[in-house]
Amino acid sequence: MPFAQETLRRPFDKLRVTLRMKYVDEFRDPQLIKNVSREIVRLADPDRHYRIMEVCGGHTHAIYRHGLKQLLPENVELIHGPGCPVCVLPMGRIDDGLAIAEQRNVVMTAFGDMMRVPGTRGTPLELKARGVDIRMVYSPLDALRIAQTTPEKHVFFFAIGFETTAPSTALTLARAKALGIRNFSVFSNHVTIVPAIRAILDSPDMRLDAFVGPGHVSTVTGCRPYEFIARDYGKPVVISGFEPLDILESILMILRQLRVKESRVENQYRRIVPWEGNLPALRAIGEAFELRPYFEWRGLGFISQSALRVSGAYAAWDSEVQFEVPGVRVTDPKAAQCGEVLKGVLKPPQCKLFGKECNPEHPVGALMVSSEGACAAYYRYVHLNESVTV
Amino acid sequence: MCLAIPGRIVEFASDQTALAKVDVAGVKRNVNISLLEDGEIGIGDWVLIHVGFAMSKIEEAQARDQLRMLSALGEDQMAMEEIRGYNFAENALRSGDASTALRQAQGDT
Repeated sequence: MPFAQETLRRPFDKLRVTLRMKYVDEFRDPQLIKNVSREIVRLADPDRHYRIMEVCGGHTHAIYRHGLKQLLPENVELIHGPGCPVCVLPMGRIDDGLAIAEQRNVVMTAFGDMMRVPGTRGTPLELKARGVDIRMVYSPLDALRIAQTTPEKHVFFFAIGFETTAPSTALTLARAKALGIRNFSVFSNHVTIVPAIRAILDSPDMRLDAFVGPGHVSTVTGCRPYEFIARDYGKPVVISGFEPLDILESILMILRQLRVKESRVENQYRRIVPWEGNLPALRAIGEAFELRPYFEWRGLGFISQSALRVSGAYAAWDSEVQFEVPGVRVTDPKAAQCGEVLKGVLKPPQCKLFGKECNPEHPVGALMVSSEGACAAYYRYVHLNESVTV
Repeated sequence: MCLAIPGRIVEFASDQTALAKVDVAGVKRNVNISLLEDGEIGIGDWVLIHVGFAMSKIEEAQARDQLRMLSALGEDQMAMEEIRGYNFAENALRSGDASTALRQAQGDT
């Protein structure tokens, strides 16, 4: 059919150019990648523009790192979602944590990702340089260990993360309680992904066609929590792995659903993600945490029942109970447009500060700090993504 | 923080501390295994590790894929740093804190 050939020529030309890129040859199975890319081009209706959100920051990183946008036709657009824990944390919460850290005889512990996230008066790393006792840990159990070996001080863990890290914090709380360690507490900033997705779906300026669902979060939550997206909002969800082929295959699975006007939750990452999730992990979360009535997300505003606070049974280990927390809402630096980028309204380079005042050496916003932040990923791999620069 | 690091179970702790020693590319550290169902894993099995906790059992081929992917994403060094950084179950005597060593001897690691 001449017409179809004509409309398909442009994407195919793009594909041919792309497939000569050396990066494709570095993939484990270049031929499979090529086949999936071709199938995506074949299935994508050239008269339609697809907006697919990858929820997870790990996917955002992989997409930029591998230049995957260049393997997609122009009318299949990937929107970066809120799945980067440090990116969605409002500045006021960083200030709150640092205010606890500055109290007498207190040690703050946090994951490395947190150390360079700016609060109003600087990053945890900068406060450490000014003499505040802030230590980086790789596991909440290491924070507890510091409490055990430093009995003369109070050690608190600045907890962040989605359902991937919440069970670890929960079990650490359980251990602190079981061992009767009273000089330890958790400043919980754990958030849950599903309410954020719902907020995005309900947002009037957000038109999405489908979701690439998070991989490791789903290891804990399983696939069921996403069913409302397919059922109530009519959008396909495909839980995806992190390899280039995984992500492309997930996009293909989405396009197949859209083509026949279906919306289901599918699990592309079956080799890791069980449909029911990790029950011991969910039990641990349920034991040590309870849902907050609402929590502020950077860029998305207040979302009800979207975050976890330490449960009443663990009040003696809850930093927010044990310390005065200022709880002051802080607006982001005016010029920074982190919120718009987080919502997918702007692409990273469309922010006025991108690459100028805000860069990985001197991040203004958290999206430039974490490797899972869209801005840091874009900045680092811009040479692979030039064709999407606006 | 969101890294999923594959490791191979080489030893279980003899006490009731829900710990197992894993080998990640030659580096051995203890991780917590409470998030796996009882009896789910044995010596020689592979697990995915998040912030000091084994989160799921995986096949050997998947473990190799995961290691390769970490390296493709430029995150393999970070993963090794993280594994080396788990000190919560290492010998407390090194800290010279006798009371901690005593607690540890009583089953608290």
